Amino acid sequence: MSSVATTQIKLTPERSRPSVRARLQDALPKIVLAPSFAITIVFVYGFILWTVYLSFTNSKTFPSYVITGPRAYLRLWGWTFDSDPPSSWYTSIVNMGIFGFLYIAICLALGLFLAILLDQKIRGEGVLRPIYLYPMALSFIVTGVAWKWFLDPGLGLEQTLHQWGWTSFHFDWIKNKDFVIYTVVIAGVWQASGFIMAMFLAGLRGIDGEIMKAAQIDGATTFQLYRRIVIPLLRPIFLSAFIVLAHLAIKSYDLVVALTSGGPGGSAWLPSNFMYEYTFKRNEMAVGSASAVIMLMTIVAIIVPYLYSELREKPR
Amino acid sequence: MSAVATPSRPAASQNASSGMSTKTLNRIVIYGLLALFAVFYLMPLFVMLVTSFKTMDEIQNGNMLALPRAPTFDPWLKAWGETCVGLTCAGIKGYFWNSIKMVVPAVLISTMLGALNGYVLTKWRFRGSTLVFGLMLFACFIPFQSVLLPMATILGSLGRFGVTLQNTVGTSFGLGNPTVNLVFVHVVYGIGFTTLFFRNYYEAFPNELIKAAQVDGASFFQIFRRIMLPNSLPIFVVTVIYQFTNIWNDFLFASAYAGTGDSMPMTVALNNVVNTSTGVVEYNVNMAAAMIAALPTLIVYVVAGRYFVRGLMAGAVKG
Amino acid sequence: MLRKLLIGTALATTFAFSAHAEDVKEVQMLHWWTSGGEAAALNVLKGDLAKEGYAWKDVPVAGGGGDAAMTALKAMVAAGNYPTASQMLGYTVLDYAAAGVMGDLTETAKKEGWDKSVPAALQKFSVYDGKWVAAPVNVHSVNWLWINKAVLDKIGGSEPKTFDDFVALLDKAKAAGVIPLALGGQNWQEATMFDSVVLSTGGPEFYKKAFNDLDDASLKSDTMKKSFDNLAKLVTYVDPNFSGRDWNLATAMVIKGDALVQVMGDWAKGEFNAAKKTPGTDFLCYRFPGTDGSVIYNSDMFGMFNVPDDRKAAQVALATATLSKSFQSAFNVVKGSVPARTDVPDTDFDACGKKGIADLKAANEGGTLFGSLAQGYGAPPAVANAYKDVVSKFVHGQIKTSDEAVTELVKAIDDAK
Repeated sequence: MSSVATTQIKLTPERSRPSVRARLQDALPKIVLAPSFAITIVFVYGFILWTVYLSFTNSKTFPSYVITGPRAYLRLWGWTFDSDPPSSWYTSIVNMGIFGFLYIAICLALGLFLAILLDQKIRGEGVLRPIYLYPMALSFIVTGVAWKWFLDPGLGLEQTLHQWGWTSFHFDWIKNKDFVIYTVVIAGVWQASGFIMAMFLAGLRGIDGEIMKAAQIDGATTFQLYRRIVIPLLRPIFLSAFIVLAHLAIKSYDLVVALTSGGPGGSAWLPSNFMYEYTFKRNEMAVGSASAVIMLMTIVAIIVPYLYSELREKPR
Repeated sequence: MSAVATPSRPAASQNASSGMSTKTLNRIVIYGLLALFAVFYLMPLFVMLVTSFKTMDEIQNGNMLALPRAPTFDPWLKAWGETCVGLTCAGIKGYFWNSIKMVVPAVLISTMLGALNGYVLTKWRFRGSTLVFGLMLFACFIPFQSVLLPMATILGSLGRFGVTLQNTVGTSFGLGNPTVNLVFVHVVYGIGFTTLFFRNYYEAFPNELIKAAQVDGASFFQIFRRIMLPNSLPIFVVTVIYQFTNIWNDFLFASAYAGTGDSMPMTVALNNVVNTSTGVVEYNVNMAAAMIAALPTLIVYVVAGRYFVRGLMAGAVKG
Repeated sequence: MLRKLLIGTALATTFAFSAHAEDVKEVQMLHWWTSGGEAAALNVLKGDLAKEGYAWKDVPVAGGGGDAAMTALKAMVAAGNYPTASQMLGYTVLDYAAAGVMGDLTETAKKEGWDKSVPAALQKFSVYDGKWVAAPVNVHSVNWLWINKAVLDKIGGSEPKTFDDFVALLDKAKAAGVIPLALGGQNWQEATMFDSVVLSTGGPEFYKKAFNDLDDASLKSDTMKKSFDNLAKLVTYVDPNFSGRDWNLATAMVIKGDALVQVMGDWAKGEFNAAKKTPGTDFLCYRFPGTDGSVIYNSDMFGMFNVPDDRKAAQVALATATLSKSFQSAFNVVKGSVPARTDVPDTDFDACGKKGIADLKAANEGGTLFGSLAQGYGAPPAVANAYKDVVSKFVHGQIKTSDEAVTELVKAIDDAK
């Protein structure tokens, strides 16, 4: 962990006769970081502990602080294997897998693709960029209605194509318990992929032109240039984009409610819907908390190895 | 710091070896694809726009993709100044200010903190700094629903403390004010992202410049102000867009911590207009209200988006 | 522990506010009636209070039939900022009362004679531990059919008296090319319809045992299985796009004549009123076949919180105005429901409203007034939602047979109890 800071401070004259001022200067980076870190510890990790605690109580409508054991976890565990008929928890987990994977993968691929296209000295970039970006600006409270219409076979795409003469066309996923989750993917990708495009675009614009020039002089093709040089340079952006998407996927609560009201027989539920329902609607706060804890643990299992490999000190 | 103004780096498609005809074909394909995706992204906006200019009769009996036969501005006027938000029927115009005075400070504070954090975490590393970053990053994943109640409890006690201060010192320092509460909450749950964005951007920023500045005797803050900030425009744009959108569109915290009419943010008002289940739903007014409510974010996108181009400058500095 | 904490918070609030000695002439009201007739109806109350010099501080949070408002309420209570009153449903009132955050309006109740005028079934939710904690605003009843008269005349039908009649009528509509049954495929709508089906299939005794007492034997019984079979039969008469539809859109189908009938609570009448339709000539309200004489109800209540002393006068004024005969009449005429007290004259109500008032009175006296399980008046929310899950999964095919539905229902309710 050889940092620029320590090596440099050794060079400064104050180092030879350490004064209060020098020590303060030395600690300054930590002092700057401290408030942010402190509020994170209290308001995130403190609250996570609180949630873990509640999951072992019999909290119902309100938090109760009497530990009663892991009943909430046992119930969730039982529901995990209730596949026929599917329990709400089972549906939520399966949907999370489908939705999480497709949503993140498509958004990353599409975002990068559009960013690369837009980076080709496009006339009208100023018009196209906001067009790709704007879905993120609108609250799903309303765009959900527009999507609901569009996907509704009686109102939207199917109806329109029927009017135009293509009567054999069928698109009723939103009404189908086995396909409704894919409509959530479509609307989700529509909303977030433009923002991911912007992140990649910012990254592309930050890449040193000299490197590209040198590679071109060496005779690299466009494809090679991107695969070998540009995409590896965008690695930190991939990390940011992945975190943004993963967190959006996990918190996709409004999306499901606005688009499907939970889907036929609750078939579009995601774990966040489950958590909200049980904590606030069904007054089973212990179960809601337990599901939140399981969600967080799953995230730990997926994200931490990824973070570890990304953040591991690399020789620079 | 000699900012050599290299005009731009060569775009990848302008490959020296490719002939004129392939190049033209390439351009056609690229523009075609871009246009196709533009249609996909614009479709819901199109539906919303045409709907907002239709009469209710036309909405109920016509096709949702058809252009309005007799365009009317009434839905927009109604959404702006007449529609009922709860029992007050004065449109949604009054709620802009509530949102703005909450969003602007929250975005500025969280973005600045993120920039400073990112700077420390990449250029002033210390033992454990990676762990600190990892912990702050993981904080992005906490489901907001599960912090709603403990946060409310804390805000409640802060508010009572504020009342005590008011009675003893004469000022509550904003404690207990719903807008201040919301700013605080959004800063707390925003710094994870802002730190992430800046840290990953600064990661690629050359250390040599910092070293040189230190040799010249520049202090911690001088380096930040003179070297890091001027080269951070693209990531500022991304961060501001992200924070602005998330905070502006937040409903959960807004409805729970600032529900009363005096400080009700735009999203809560919009939700009260749109999310009703009785009466003939006035889709045209709803769509118009949604467009109006989204205007500030749209403006931020269009205006801020222009500054992506300035990112070209960043490449010029790195030598 | 929680109770202590909450009481502590309340005391702190009281203490904090006691600096201002004079009464606060303002009511803070959390509700989700943000549109149309409901907002207009609530405005009557705002006006009544303004006449007495009380300002109305609106805290509207729409969405999810009160879900969003209840989440906001929970946060407000956790922060110790109680509103003067909040719109609340059934068991929620009792939950908050048990947590010790509700006020006490017993004195006012005595003075105003609520004990006598409010049906006992409602008092089960508005009185906790001998204290009045909520003011009921209305009584809705869910076992209604809403029929488009023009369509009924066209297909040559008449009022169905039994479930078989009903099926025959639906068949007629189907043959005539009209959508027979307008249904919104959301779990609460499906379960609301199933409430009526169970009452019709098993009779009043059975409904009470199964859905209010949660009696295991009744839930497991063949009658319950038969009820699911009947539900399955009804679902064959809905259009293919019913899934996810909002209830008011289903009502609109009946209003426009695209569909013959909707099974829905009497809030549907508010939609007919808003569309300027008259009962008897444009549309008909019949009791769900085989449920005449019984009423499955739910009720909107204004829960009264334990506010600081300087806000109590305003709260009393709000509660008194809410249960005044004039407001009960004016509000419920608009909302489609019937007054929460049985001594309000029915002169201003239309034919359906008059029938509703008479039915409520008879059911109250005859002991056939039952809480709706789908609407949160039959059992606590955990059970009610487990029930809605099962019904909805049955309607949409995740649960395939009525045998399986009965097993799942018993399991789900047992698990949630």
